[in-house]
Amino acid sequence: MRHLLSTRELSREQAIELLDIAEDMAAVQEREVKKLPTLRGKTVVNLFFEDSTRTRISFEAAAKRLSADVINFSAKGSSVSKGESLKDTAQTLQAMGADGVVIRHHASGAPYTLATSGWIDAGVVNAGDGTHEHPTQALLDAFTMRRRLHGAASRGRALDGVHVVIVGDVLHSRVARSNVWLLATLGAEVELVAPPTLVPVDTTTWPARVGYDLDAALSGTPDVVMMLRIQAERMHAAFFPNSREYARTWGLDDARFDALPPSTMVMHPGPMNRGLEIAARAADSPQSTVREQVANGVSVRMAALYLLMSGERGDA
Amino acid sequence: MSERFLITGATLPGGERADILLDGGIIAGVGSIADASGATVVDAAGLIALPGLVDLHTHLREPGYEQSETVLTGTQAAAAGGFTAVFAMANTFPVADTAGVVEQEASLGRTAGYATVQPIGAVTVGLKGEQLAELGAMARSRANVRVFSDDGFCVSDPLLMRRALEYVKAFDGVIAQHAQEPRLTEGAQMNEGALSGELGLTGWPAVAEESIIARDVLLAEHVGSRLHVCHVSTAGSVEVIRWAKARGIDVTAEVTPHHLLLTEDLIAGYDPRFKVNPPLRRAEDVEALRAALADGTIDIVATDHAPHPVEAKESEWQAAANGMVGLESALAVVHAAVVETGLMNWADVARVMSSAPARIGRLHGHGESVAVGAAPELTLYDPAAASEFDLDRLAGRSTNSPYLGRRLPGRVVATFHGGYPTFLDGAVRPLDEVARNAASALGVVHG
Repeated sequence: MRHLLSTRELSREQAIELLDIAEDMAAVQEREVKKLPTLRGKTVVNLFFEDSTRTRISFEAAAKRLSADVINFSAKGSSVSKGESLKDTAQTLQAMGADGVVIRHHASGAPYTLATSGWIDAGVVNAGDGTHEHPTQALLDAFTMRRRLHGAASRGRALDGVHVVIVGDVLHSRVARSNVWLLATLGAEVELVAPPTLVPVDTTTWPARVGYDLDAALSGTPDVVMMLRIQAERMHAAFFPNSREYARTWGLDDARFDALPPSTMVMHPGPMNRGLEIAARAADSPQSTVREQVANGVSVRMAALYLLMSGERGDA
Repeated sequence: MSERFLITGATLPGGERADILLDGGIIAGVGSIADASGATVVDAAGLIALPGLVDLHTHLREPGYEQSETVLTGTQAAAAGGFTAVFAMANTFPVADTAGVVEQEASLGRTAGYATVQPIGAVTVGLKGEQLAELGAMARSRANVRVFSDDGFCVSDPLLMRRALEYVKAFDGVIAQHAQEPRLTEGAQMNEGALSGELGLTGWPAVAEESIIARDVLLAEHVGSRLHVCHVSTAGSVEVIRWAKARGIDVTAEVTPHHLLLTEDLIAGYDPRFKVNPPLRRAEDVEALRAALADGTIDIVATDHAPHPVEAKESEWQAAANGMVGLESALAVVHAAVVETGLMNWADVARVMSSAPARIGRLHGHGESVAVGAAPELTLYDPAAASEFDLDRLAGRSTNSPYLGRRLPGRVVATFHGGYPTFLDGAVRPLDEVARNAASALGVVHG
């Protein structure tokens, strides 16, 4: 693997391989010495044009546990905020000898541009681009589902037949997009539930069903319910009338949560708006995977960096 | 005395072969011409002779954005593309919203001599959509403005649009509308559809264009005015315009070469060369636009030549500028889109790229048939010279062409403007020669 830009381009074999390597990385996390020497002498740059402390520290932990040197480059307060272009930033990193670049950018496609422009030789990991994709989030979600379902027997397995309901702002969600492609590739059955204003106008090419009725979707007793974060600015742009109506109609409140079988996983990519898209009881229940997701994020990101930077990089 | 040119063995738009004699500021002969002593002979065997092309929609960028293009470099690009007249859009800095600016542009064009530069005036002061610009003063100025446009922005206020349509009736003007409902296209990055949803790029819905066109044709009908629709890009817009024409509404429309050839699929790699406004649409839209051009629903092809410096396109998609250069490639792209596909012939091309745009813009001395006594504006095109479009074909200051590396079916060989060549044997003629010829041709007219 040369870059990790989207889950859409991952084959089933590649996805399973990545999840299996993440299992190995997770095993390392359970040891007393959590560090592997794999990327010693390599440099990973976390290039963050958008604030995201959670994602950045997850990648930082992943790189450090592989013994890479880590440089954090936050666009805020740097020359980038004074108008330096992505090209100049990339060439600066190239000159510094970056071997891997983890990029978070507000513009959809920016990681793709970075990887294909010829400005830089480093492997590029997309850590979230605009409203396009967030592949490592989807991979850690799939990893989390697989572990809950299959435990120690997870290696080599996909998610065939697993019924996943993703609820919320699909239109603006890179997490939803990456999950739709990856989960479908792994054989899961994906159902999207959202207000009609928060779904792209045409999803005919998506391997997912789209509906507007959360109660109907939950009555199908899904294996996984994934709640997406609702951002306050959506309200002001008339996507829905107000937060109360949203929570009543599309929130995982106590009543909806109580009606779910105990086997249904409740997932959220974080940070959560408790009381809006998810009630506290659901978020803190044993069914909730929120904290596992965070822990698994480090393992999955270690696997991604390992595949891109450990000398096994192919041309694909 | 100015140089005479005998163009031998050319194929006229109607298909007949003829020699063409350019002499004394007119086409002095068309047919079999043996006696043209002293004339410079241009062998045009196998070449199509079209009336000089007229572009109703060019961004020359001067004054204000000379790093992208100037009147000189833009008209050199025009000459390389077979154009002898360009209508220069008003979104310069300062905006072309006063007589002074439009007269300066026209004068720069005359001095350079590569093509007639016919300025377009802004509809509203500073293109801000708040208050009418001095339309009458621009119409009465030496620039003789008849086309008014806020292109780049839509005149979205319906009352202001109504007033503009009404007002320009006083001098046979036309409002060229950039049809884009602003609220429906806030932050828009590409055509709204399945692909925009996948790529996570904010959509530019077809309805944002179609709803403005629908409103404007009804306004034009109500006040009995002339409306021109810029860069029509959707199948739905074609239906609205077809309906309006059937109803007798005085509306004309243009389509760009790129909307006749390219589709949104090209955006999947986030390459900003394909970022343009209105955006590239679906294959169904391209088909509908071609059919509409062939059946006359869309009247003309106009390039929307939009030069940008390299750095404006070397970036992530969202930060990149909208626009493509189009003058140099327009004829070959039209050839590929509607002639090679059998929808139109060369006489149709002469209509949609020369006579009709001249008529809509009320530009005299252009768009006349290749016949004795006509203005000596001529383009020679080799329809058999298929080749990969490359940087050598670009003659303007900017290189943001979406066709680089793409095979196009033919190429412009020569362009004559005012009876002298501005482009010959695939090369732009030298600055001093063209300026000298231009001065001399002006002497013929005014002396």
